[in-house]
Amino acid sequence: MTVLINEKAASISLTGITRSYGAVRAVDGLDLEIASGELISLLGPSGCGKTTALRIIAGLEQTDSGTVVVGGKDITRTPANKRDMSMVFQSYSLFPHLSAADNVAFGLRLRGVKPAVRRRRAIELLELVSLDHHADRYPSELSGGQQQRVALARALAVEPKVLLLDEPLSALDAKVRIQLRDEIRTLQRRLGITTVFVTHDQEEALSMSDRIAVMSNGRLEQCGSPAEIYSRPATPFVAEFIGSMNHVPGIADGATVTVSGSRLPLSVPGSGAVTVLIRPEAVRLTDDPNGNTTITTISFRGPVTRVIGRLDDGTPITADLPSVQAASFAEGGRVHVTYAEEPVLTKAAD
Amino acid sequence: MTRRKVFGGVFLALVGLYFLLPLAAAIEFSLRDVGDTHSLEVWKTLFQQDGFVTNLLTSLKLALGTVALTLLIMVPTVTLIHLRMPQFRRTMEAICVLPLAIPAVVLANGVFVAFQGAPPWLNGTPVILCLEYVVLSLPFTYRALDAGLSAIPVVALVEASRTLGGGWATALLRVVVPNLRTAILNVSILAAALALGEFTLASLLLMDTLPVWTVSAGQSNGAVATAASMLILIVSWVLLLVMSVLSRRRSRTPRRSR
Ligand SMILES: Nc1ncnc2c1ncn2[C@@H]1O[C@H](COP(=O)(O)OP(=O)(O)O)[C@@H](O)[C@H]1O
Ligand SMILES: [Mg+2]
Repeated sequence: MTVLINEKAASISLTGITRSYGAVRAVDGLDLEIASGELISLLGPSGCGKTTALRIIAGLEQTDSGTVVVGGKDITRTPANKRDMSMVFQSYSLFPHLSAADNVAFGLRLRGVKPAVRRRRAIELLELVSLDHHADRYPSELSGGQQQRVALARALAVEPKVLLLDEPLSALDAKVRIQLRDEIRTLQRRLGITTVFVTHDQEEALSMSDRIAVMSNGRLEQCGSPAEIYSRPATPFVAEFIGSMNHVPGIADGATVTVSGSRLPLSVPGSGAVTVLIRPEAVRLTDDPNGNTTITTISFRGPVTRVIGRLDDGTPITADLPSVQAASFAEGGRVHVTYAEEPVLTKAAD
Repeated sequence: MTRRKVFGGVFLALVGLYFLLPLAAAIEFSLRDVGDTHSLEVWKTLFQQDGFVTNLLTSLKLALGTVALTLLIMVPTVTLIHLRMPQFRRTMEAICVLPLAIPAVVLANGVFVAFQGAPPWLNGTPVILCLEYVVLSLPFTYRALDAGLSAIPVVALVEASRTLGGGWATALLRVVVPNLRTAILNVSILAAALALGEFTLASLLLMDTLPVWTVSAGQSNGAVATAASMLILIVSWVLLLVMSVLSRRRSRTPRRSR
C-alpha cells in the first residue's frame, strides 16, 4: 500500500476563544495548545461548548474574540473552505447522490485531480478503512458504521493539516463504536495527523487520546494526559466527570482532611466540613467485626469485584477490589474502611 | 380480494371517471365531422388557423422562461433560508401564498401601474408575463423546494462540502442541486403547467398566448378551441413525461429508505 504519511500536519493554538449565543456563553475564553500530530479530545457534558469550539477551529463558526493559529498562521478570519482542514460529523454528512468512492474523491475533484487518479486514490483510502469492496455503493446502502468509515476516508483524502471529529461514533452501536474508535486511533498514529476529537464519552476519550481537554460551561477545566486527568484531576468537576467517585463527609484542616477516621493529604488546602471525593479503587477494606462499615452488596465483574457498603454514619461507599481480594467478604459482613494515601479533592459539604 | 381492496378499486375508478369523462367528451367533440361521422379534420386545420402556431410558440417560450427564472431565483433563495435563516421559513411560506389570495384583476392592475415607466423590452411584452408567472407559481414552487430541502440534511451536507474545500457555488451546484432532483422536477412541472394554461392575467394584460387565442377562437369555432385546449393538455403531459424520464435516467441514486 502507498505510504500515506501526512506531511502537512500542523500545530493549533487557540487563544481566548469566546463565542456567545444571546445570553449563552457557548465558549468562554478557551486557551488551548495542540501539538502537531497529536490527538486531543475535547471532553465534557452535552452543551459545554465542545462542538462550538470545534466549529470555530473549522471556520464553520466565527469567534466573538480570540485567535485561531494553525501552523504558525493566524486563520481566525479565514473561511472554512480555505483552511485545509477536514471534518467528520456526527452522522448523515455523506453526499447521498454520490457513491462511496465518489464521496471520498469529492475533495480531490475540487482540487482538480484527474478522474483516474482520484478514483485510484479514493480506492486506496477506502482500503485503509477496509471498505474498498463497497466503493460503488451509495450511502443509503451502507450501515451507520460503514458510512462513518467512508466519511473518515473522505476527510483524509484531501490530506488536511488538521482532522476534526465531532462525536463521530455517538450514533453507532456499542460494538461498532469500540472497533471504529480503535481504527481511528491506529490510522491517526500511522498518518501522524493533528486531530481534535470531540466526545462526551469519557471512556472513548481516555482510551484514544494523547491528551484530553475537559470542558464545562464553555471553559477549559483541565488539559492533560488520560492518566493525569484520571489520577490527578485538577477540579472536583473533572474528578466527578471522569470515572466514578465516592462522596464521603470529612473535616478539612489546612493541608489534610480527616475522613472516616483516616487522615489524607489534600490536593487543594481547605478547612471545615467538606465532602471528600474518593475513587472506588482507592477504598481499602479489611475484615473487622468492630469496623466502621456494613457490606450491603457484592457484585462480581470479572477481574474486579465491586463491593458496596454503608458507613456507620449512613454514607454509602463503593469499593472496587481485585476479585481475589474480595473473595473473603460477604454481604452483611462488617469491615473497616480506609483509603489509599493519595491527595484528594473536596467539595463544599452537602 | 379483501373488502378494502375492492373499496379502493371502486373509489379509484370513480375518481378516474370524474377526471377522464370530461376529457374524453372534449376529445370526442373535437373529432366530430358533419352528420354523425368522426374525423381528424379539426385537428388538421388547427395548425393552419391564423395565429395558432405563433401563440403556441409564445406559450412554450413563456413556460421555458418561467421554469428557468423560477429555478434560478428560488433554488438559491430557499437553500439560503434553510442554511442561514430557518426561523424565516414560516414567514416565507406566508409571503409565497399571497398570489393565491390576490385576485388576477388586482394583480394585472398592479402590474400596469408599477411598470408604467418600464423599458420597452419589458413593458407590454411576454417578459413581463413571465415575471408574473414566476410570482403566480410561488405558492406551489416554494413548497415543493421547501419540502425537498427539508428531506435532506442540507446544513450538514453544505458544511461537509465547505470543509472539503468547496465554496458556496460548489455547495449549491454539486451538493444541493443533485440532491434536489425530484423537487426541482416538481417545480419545473408546476411552473410550466401554470405558464401553459394561465388565461386571466394574460388576457387582462392584453398578451397573445395560446389560452388567450383559444378563448377568442372558441367564439367562432367551438371545435377548434376544444382541440387547442386538448393540445395544451397534451403538450403539458408530454413535457411532464420527458422531464420525469430525463430525471430518472440522470439520477443514479437508488432511492431506498434507510
Ligand atoms: N447556533 C446556536 N444558536 C444558539 N445557541 C447555540 C448554538 N450552537 C450552540 N448553542 C448553545 O451553546 C452551548 C454549547 O453548545 P455546543 O457547542 O453544541 O455544546 P456540546 O457540543 O458540548 O454539546 C449550548 O448551550 C447550546 O445550546
Ligand atoms: Mg456537540
